[in-house]
Amino acid sequence: MSVKIWALKKSVWVFHVNTGACNNCDIEIVNMLTPKYDVERFGIKLVGSPRHADALLVTGVGTEQAAIRLREVYRQTPKPCAVFLVGACACGTGIFKGGYHVAGPVDEIIREVDPDAIIAYVPGCPPKPEAMISGVVKVLSAI
Amino acid sequence: MKKTLHKPILAVGPFHPLQEEMEFFQLTVDGETVTDIDVRISYNHRGIEKLSETLQFDQIPFLVSRICGICSASHPLAYIQAVEEIAGVAVPERARYVRTIINELERIHSHLLWVGLGGHFIGYDTVFMWAWKYREPVLDLLEEITGNRNNYGNVRVGGCREDIPDEMVPKILKELDKVEKKTDMLTKAVLDDPVLHARLKGVGILSKNDAVSFAVTGPTARGSGVAIDVRRDDPYAAYGDLDWNVISQTEGDVFAKAVVRLLETFESIKMVREALKELPKGPIAVEVREIPPGEGCGHAEAPRGETFHYIRSDGGNRPTRHKVRAPSYVNVPSFKASCIGQHVADVTLTLAAVDPCYSCTERLAVVDGHSAVIHDYEALLQMSREKTARIKKEIGAPEFKLEDI
Repeated sequence: MSVKIWALKKSVWVFHVNTGACNNCDIEIVNMLTPKYDVERFGIKLVGSPRHADALLVTGVGTEQAAIRLREVYRQTPKPCAVFLVGACACGTGIFKGGYHVAGPVDEIIREVDPDAIIAYVPGCPPKPEAMISGVVKVLSAI
Repeated sequence: MKKTLHKPILAVGPFHPLQEEMEFFQLTVDGETVTDIDVRISYNHRGIEKLSETLQFDQIPFLVSRICGICSASHPLAYIQAVEEIAGVAVPERARYVRTIINELERIHSHLLWVGLGGHFIGYDTVFMWAWKYREPVLDLLEEITGNRNNYGNVRVGGCREDIPDEMVPKILKELDKVEKKTDMLTKAVLDDPVLHARLKGVGILSKNDAVSFAVTGPTARGSGVAIDVRRDDPYAAYGDLDWNVISQTEGDVFAKAVVRLLETFESIKMVREALKELPKGPIAVEVREIPPGEGCGHAEAPRGETFHYIRSDGGNRPTRHKVRAPSYVNVPSFKASCIGQHVADVTLTLAAVDPCYSCTERLAVVDGHSAVIHDYEALLQMSREKTARIKKEIGAPEFKLEDI
């Protein structure tokens, strides 16, 4: 295990990227920080800049306007970084499939920048906070 | 000649650490004071109105509940009311009550959510953690009734999808008692806290005149002394049968908006209790075979204000036009009145005070690919020199020549 991967697995700091979501996944992400789930006790913390992040939590369909910003945010994140696609929209554009302003799915947008990106899918509309925590655990034990 | 300096511009967004959604604010600042504000949206536009024309009447509630995750009971309800107006459906009594209960539970969790975020925006994370802790039981109740913590998908043309089982009523009442007790504690703590008074009072004032001229709705209007509420003014679902009050405050500042939201939470708890007590027996839905040609409007009071849906049908199984007007669409432009003259530090809070919901608002995307200008190195150098010359002229700096050195 390289030092970078070893460091990635300790105290994962996440940056939250909304690429055109309905707010639900976003609210559930913030919900993870609050007393009922309280992921901060595991060192998982929302940070204000992608440059400080170990992982990206991407929600939403990836609209035309957001896709440009998402690529830029991914470039700014230090590598290796894990990308979690939270919710049905991010996993495969969901109910908005075929919309004229939808550039997604998000995984393809990220693969354009980095074909070897570590991408994890947390489906659900919205996924429960338990599902997101389970997704993080699965990815960190797999890499 | 009057000398003018170019004012610095502060950019907030599109990915801002405090805000969940993408939005972009350009604040023109003079020192610490904000002198102008510009909002750019459409990052979140998903083309819902167009998508809706490709779906059947019965599928659309699932789409419109995903316009906004926190108004996911109000949007489908407004849509359903528009369709029911076209079809002339009389909804069963019990369905009207179930709709009311789901909508009010949504309002409770949404208002507590805002109070928490408001606390977070001013760096008072205790309020944030409290409020979000106390809204959890409401989400659990909604999950038990509808099967999902958010995005309930509980309404359909002619009634509701899931009933509230009678044996669940005592449990809901018990949970509501707990939520009420905790919200009471939170409200007293918030309204009594000198720190919050100092931080929220007199900040981001939206006067009654401005509230009327920007046509704001919901708690934003009620905080500025404009006591409008669709639930009272044009009762739908079971609101006409219940006994409750419209809360309004006259100050128009962030504190007044917080007070309105906190006190409305109690009204909502009261309404849910009363609706559960009077829950009529009977079916929860009638079958609707087809939607005749025609036009219909429906509106509902979402936690953020009035949401409005317009449907036109040609007699087929899909609408030919679906128009949505969400509350934040009228609330967001009121920033022009409430933010100008504020300190930069107060602006994020003032922006958050109307509880803006950009995923609701973004019905329109303007994509301009033709006017992009690409400057080469020489042109940039030339522009830079021109700007330096302009600034020197403005501040009256002495002419500087290389030969003088």
